[in-house]
Amino acid sequence: MTEAKAASIPLAVEFTGGLELLFSNQRKHKIAIPSKKPDGEPSNVGDLISWLCDNLIKDPRKEMFVLDDSVRPGILVLINDADWELEGEDKYELQPNDEIVFVSTLHGG
Amino acid sequence: MYQTSEIDANIARLRQQIAGTEAHLRQLKVQLSRAEQQAKEAHDLGQTYDGGHPVEWQAETLAALSQKIGSSSRLHEDGIPATTPQHSGEPLLLSSGDVSSPSSKGRWPLSTEEYRRYGRQLILHEVGLQGQLRLKSAKVLVVGVGGLGCPAAAYLAGAGVGTLGLVDGDTVEVSNLHRQILHSTNTIGIGKVDSAVDYLNGLNSLVNLIPHRAHLTPQTALEIISSYDAVLDCTDHPTSRYLISDACVLLGKPLVSASALRTEGQLMALNMPPKPPGDASGGPCYRCVFPKPPPAESVVSCGEGGIVGPVVGVMGVLQALETIKIIATGTVDRADSNGKTSEMHSKANEAPAPASPSLLLFSAFSSPPFRSVRLRLRRTNCASCSAQATITEASLTSGSLDYVAFCGVTSPLDILAPHERIGASEYSKLYRSSPHILLDVREPVHFELSSLPGAINLPWSECVAKPGEALLQDVERLTQGREDEGRDVLVVCRLGNDSQLAVAKLKQAGWQGAVKDLRGGLRAWRQEVDPDWPDY
Repeated sequence: MTEAKAASIPLAVEFTGGLELLFSNQRKHKIAIPSKKPDGEPSNVGDLISWLCDNLIKDPRKEMFVLDDSVRPGILVLINDADWELEGEDKYELQPNDEIVFVSTLHGG
Repeated sequence: MYQTSEIDANIARLRQQIAGTEAHLRQLKVQLSRAEQQAKEAHDLGQTYDGGHPVEWQAETLAALSQKIGSSSRLHEDGIPATTPQHSGEPLLLSSGDVSSPSSKGRWPLSTEEYRRYGRQLILHEVGLQGQLRLKSAKVLVVGVGGLGCPAAAYLAGAGVGTLGLVDGDTVEVSNLHRQILHSTNTIGIGKVDSAVDYLNGLNSLVNLIPHRAHLTPQTALEIISSYDAVLDCTDHPTSRYLISDACVLLGKPLVSASALRTEGQLMALNMPPKPPGDASGGPCYRCVFPKPPPAESVVSCGEGGIVGPVVGVMGVLQALETIKIIATGTVDRADSNGKTSEMHSKANEAPAPASPSLLLFSAFSSPPFRSVRLRLRRTNCASCSAQATITEASLTSGSLDYVAFCGVTSPLDILAPHERIGASEYSKLYRSSPHILLDVREPVHFELSSLPGAINLPWSECVAKPGEALLQDVERLTQGREDEGRDVLVVCRLGNDSQLAVAKLKQAGWQGAVKDLRGGLRAWRQEVDPDWPDY
């Protein structure tokens, strides 16, 4: 039990399209989050987003990242170079060394 | 003071325009003398050949001599554009074959001029004669003639797209010129579409250029887009991006969409292949990828956020490339007379390629700079392209779809009481006489460009995440040794938004002293007090 609780899952997280401004102006982050939720279920992308809000975001304007319990409209989530909608969205179970990219859509032209 | 500087600027602009027009006139004279020389040669040769040679040989020889002369001869007076010729590709001498129809009577499917002009792409398997003929018969619409639209239109015109429509309601500003490569110092103040037509005529007068001198609206979008085969979204706001996507889905047109900001760009081919709403084999539309618009306050323009010229240039060039690929490979066919179809009958015997939508991300300062990611297919409940679509031609043309309301608008920030703010003129009388701390909360790159004497730079981006305590400590630290300035604080920023937030935060944290902000920021300072203040 202790072992399971301590286990963490290493991930590569990247923010682009201006989202990096909310995360200390740093695009790439190597992080490790608990591999299981308190209820014992494996952590998924939804848990990663909560973890980022609790641990990594530096800007108090959290609504620029998360709205209504999911990423705000205009942000694409990419799981290993695929739209997360192809992978089960926030229910996708994280694997070690997954690369999760958060892209804010740009509008300038 | 302000008015004088306006007049000076006007004089400078008029001088520039006169110089530009004179240069243009000199070019035209050179072109005229060349054309006259060619006419003479052609005439002499014609006389020599009269007699023994077959008619088509004569025509070919003369055609070879009659190279097309750039005929973009529109002059601008007082910044008012002259009427734009819709097609100025008339050969000056004998016809070198009918350029508008591949089935003309000439010996070859393309004119002598076209073989020469497009030779470098004609010899590529990916283009070839068929690809060139498809490009020539294609009608492409570029919406937005700015940082994306300029390079995109230049490459499309260069490649020999037969008809190129240009949509924009803006006029050229000097701050456009570091990236909007069709415009020039001489066309400042002129409509972007006219400025672009001028340049593109000079680049390739074989292209039929169609100016649309207004922004696209729900009422005009369908009518304009219907006469084209493919559309490039080169605009800069979500409202136009949703509108263009909806119209392209309703009309069955492929859409090549790009955007750029700061050092990054994004590119997607949408509605590709362009199947009717409800057909799951069609490519996703903008609404499939972004069903909900972003919060209005998260939308940043190039004017606010900045843009590196070549970054948006790369994205515009990629849009042109994607469009050339779609057209030259025969993936979509021409619009028919009612502007509706884009069926894939040019490759009727092959199964149509399934949609494999992707998003190309470009980040100039990352390594690697390019990343391509797989996108979802059509959304089964999409408001635009699904079987349950609620967006119809009628809802667009009737104006019942309000794209501005859908995307939301930001109102100017106004969180302070009037007594907590000070106008630029009033401040100009006070700022030397009454001691105070002047806090400039712009980013250091802004501060480096210009700052008021004695100003202390404390970027709002650094303050925003800090607890109020820490902010107070920062201000204390930065004002050490400047006790003669007292405890009153005036906060300035670029436009007067962040300064309000900073004032509110300082007050909340319990700053001992009066705190005010400069209403309208340093822009107001330039407009009301110091016209020489850098306008960036």
